[in-house]
Amino acid sequence: MKKLMLGNEAVARGCYEASVKVVSSYPGTPSTEITEYIAKYDDIYSEWAPNEKVALEVAIGASIYGKRALSCMKHVGLNVAADPLFTVSYTGINKGLVLAVADDPGMHSSQNEQDTRMIAKAAKVPIVEPSDSDECRRFVKFAFKLSEMYDTPVILRLTTRVSHSQSIVELEDREDYQSEYIKDISKYVMMPAMARKRHIFVEEREKLLSEFANNCELNRIEKGDTSFGIITSGISYQYVKEAIPNAWILKLGLVNPLPQKLIKDFCNKFEKVYIIEELDPFIENYVRSLGITNVHGKDIFPLCGEYSAQLIKKVILGVEDNKCDKLSIELPIRTPVLCPGCPHRGIFYAIKKVGTITTGDIGCYTLGALKPFEAIDTCVCMGASIGMAHGINKASDNNEKAVAVIGDSTFIHSGITGLINAVYNKSNLLLIILDNSTTGMTGHQEHPATGFTIKNEPTYMLNIVELCKTVGVDNVDVIDPYNINENVEKIKKSLETKGVSVLIAKAPCRLHKRFRIDKKIRQVDNKKCKNCKMCLSIGCPAISNKDGIIKIDENLCFSCGLCQSVCKFGAIITKE
Amino acid sequence: MTKSILVVGVGGQGNLLLSRILGDVFLSKGFDVKISEVHGMAQRGGSVVTYVKFGEKIYSPLIEKNEADFILAFEKLEGLRWIDYLKDDGVLILNDYEIPPMSVISGISKYPDVISILEKQNLNYKLVDLNSVVNKLNSSRVMNIALLGYFSKYFDFSEQDWIDAIKRNIKEKFIDINLKAFSFGKEL
Repeated sequence: MKKLMLGNEAVARGCYEASVKVVSSYPGTPSTEITEYIAKYDDIYSEWAPNEKVALEVAIGASIYGKRALSCMKHVGLNVAADPLFTVSYTGINKGLVLAVADDPGMHSSQNEQDTRMIAKAAKVPIVEPSDSDECRRFVKFAFKLSEMYDTPVILRLTTRVSHSQSIVELEDREDYQSEYIKDISKYVMMPAMARKRHIFVEEREKLLSEFANNCELNRIEKGDTSFGIITSGISYQYVKEAIPNAWILKLGLVNPLPQKLIKDFCNKFEKVYIIEELDPFIENYVRSLGITNVHGKDIFPLCGEYSAQLIKKVILGVEDNKCDKLSIELPIRTPVLCPGCPHRGIFYAIKKVGTITTGDIGCYTLGALKPFEAIDTCVCMGASIGMAHGINKASDNNEKAVAVIGDSTFIHSGITGLINAVYNKSNLLLIILDNSTTGMTGHQEHPATGFTIKNEPTYMLNIVELCKTVGVDNVDVIDPYNINENVEKIKKSLETKGVSVLIAKAPCRLHKRFRIDKKIRQVDNKKCKNCKMCLSIGCPAISNKDGIIKIDENLCFSCGLCQSVCKFGAIITKE
Repeated sequence: MTKSILVVGVGGQGNLLLSRILGDVFLSKGFDVKISEVHGMAQRGGSVVTYVKFGEKIYSPLIEKNEADFILAFEKLEGLRWIDYLKDDGVLILNDYEIPPMSVISGISKYPDVISILEKQNLNYKLVDLNSVVNKLNSSRVMNIALLGYFSKYFDFSEQDWIDAIKRNIKEKFIDINLKAFSFGKEL
């Protein structure tokens, strides 16, 4: 049966066909949908973990127990999971263990453009890389087999254009495998004496895998009629096929380790070989390390951003870009904004009013750094805001109290340890937890404080107030993010109080279906409106100013009433 | 023969669902199909674009400049933003609807007069008023299917082909209102 599937959906289908038993992940664009689609299969246990380190550890446990297991994350999530990854490479597995890791060339929704292949190489873990949805399905099944053949975790490397593109998939039946747990402390307990032996195993495995790569079915040569050859993998393969359909191509599906003999033989055929890969010169550096010199890679192709067929045509064939200058004027940019009704808006408005150095974090609320608020000074990685605010406090000569903001999901992901550190080391900071009761930016995934599992089953709901008190914060207060005046006072007061204080700004994400409310839409009474533009300063996309007339778009208004509370003339009214 | 359709708009306008239904129709007619969607921060009121390509064999999921046979725009400024992607003989289908971006709301820039710019460019565009469908059905969530209805007139597939694809992609309790939106869109 043929079906149009998102790359991520096809990974989930491949896991179903491979009889995967346990999946544990933390959401992160562009990897999120893999686990969401897996949650629809009743034969697979799935869960959202608090972070990627925990998720991978869950999958490792399941694999050692004797079941195939998967953990999904985005590239920066692999950094969080790097600790268990580097050692599970030593212990190896019992039944197949695969990490689906999605890179984001072009940074559509990420804070950096790092290349997962570099981490996999450092951890000595093989990588398979699909280039369309059907390969997503087939390659993940192959990855489980490879994992079992060589006693190793395997990384399925995806990129945004593979994860978030749909193409046709041919479905197959579910396969079966035998499982058994055998206690083996020399393999699974990595204390130095045992780890030393396993390191030798890892190095030998690398050699065996390198030989295997030469004959691996995932690596293939496509015959062409060009005078040059192309080595490529992943989505770049599709761009090459579109740009130069008749080219000689070495298409690599097993990307680490790379096939030495296959590459040497291929390069010997041609005067010139192009290596086409997004991000780092991973394949290129290997090829050059073999003493092969007739290659071009990053000397002519960019290191940053996504590739395209046009780029390849331009660089290799010298075909100019499709010149287009239909527009002679510059258009207003449309940056992402906090949604109408978003509870974060009120907090950023209040922070801006107080005017303090504020460390930010990863989530929708990173948008507080943009106009009109410009209320955030930093954004580095998940959980960083609290540690950084503490660092600012310790660096300041006058014990300055910085503000850290973080979402509820991110606080649980890796903010908790930062808070424990701040209390322990006698910091002076104010933490504002923007608790919208979901994982907002990735599309409303559950987490330990929502009270629901990935399958929407009720579960224990973590109490963030009690948690903060338990780790030693005396001043914990729950505030209503929409009440600006009160919050300005509370933030000021917290900043004057010594020590660590926490304000939990609690109001649900307005887009979440669990929290849909009856809409009491706001309207502008244009007779009372003095066009002072205070309502525009809250940066709500529903409010616009056309030729001096303020208007609220009823389709967009989410009835939070924030505009009403900043209007000094009572010109914004509730529509009955 | 490859046909390329760019679907553009603002996050939350139903761009992805429209593309999925389009892809489903083309698949059911035996074509190779690829769709590429951009998520993430763009979901939050930013500019959103989806690429739909169909034909005998499709490789790259991207549509590049001067390649789109159609641009379907849910919002006027977004339609204008992507016109370099339109083929010289391509058609821009433009919803008569404005959502000013924050740069306009905060007074940094001015919302352009889209229609007069398009007129000067001598581009083939069709202005459709999807808001009239939204008002008739009293639901802002069906704008995308109304656009699908209008766009379906460019293909000689049967009405049933489209209806089946809508049914396969929309939750049962919303099918009726969406089928109405589809037929109102067709009448525009």
